[in-house]
Amino acid sequence: MFTAAAVAILITMVLAVTRAILGPTVYDRIVAVNMFGTKTVLIIAVVAFLKGRYDLLDIALAYALINFIGIVAVLKFFEYGEFSRGGRGRP
Amino acid sequence: MMETVLDILSWILILVGGSFGIIGGLGILRLPTFFTRIHAAGMTETMCAPPIVLAMMLQVGWSLVTFKLAAILLFLFLTSPTASHALAKAALHGGVDPMATRDPDNPEEPES
Repeated sequence: MFTAAAVAILITMVLAVTRAILGPTVYDRIVAVNMFGTKTVLIIAVVAFLKGRYDLLDIALAYALINFIGIVAVLKFFEYGEFSRGGRGRP
Repeated sequence: MMETVLDILSWILILVGGSFGIIGGLGILRLPTFFTRIHAAGMTETMCAPPIVLAMMLQVGWSLVTFKLAAILLFLFLTSPTASHALAKAALHGGVDPMATRDPDNPEEPES
């Protein structure tokens, strides 16, 4: 059962990474990497069920948070050009 | 009896999640412009991840693992729309044309 889920998730990850390599703009690459990160969380959870090692779910939880923080940081860098400045004209 | 019902429900959820994931992957590869690709990516995050996590929750029964899976589901539900919104906003401020009226090979001239 979970083998089928793992195969579907891996196909999705291959398609997303193809878009990340092809993507004409940087935002295409970021959206593909974001999708790849979400699918990584899923496949860590599926591997935890396939192997019966349920402690891997903690890693999936941490990866979900790190993925979100990383995407927002990269987006802020490309929107403002640096990490330290706030939005809407604040110094 | 109960295990058979749970297995059938899990299979249905996994098939739904896997097919939506593959459809979203094809969409992110094949759709023409950036904002349509955001649609494909956001669809995989709301239609591929929750059915698969729900199938795992049905398989494992009531335990700490169920709570961890629920936490993963909650974080995915909170962070995926936020990330999609931030992506769309950053792309709009970064000069990606939402209506795709400009010719990508010749960005100065409107295609009309």
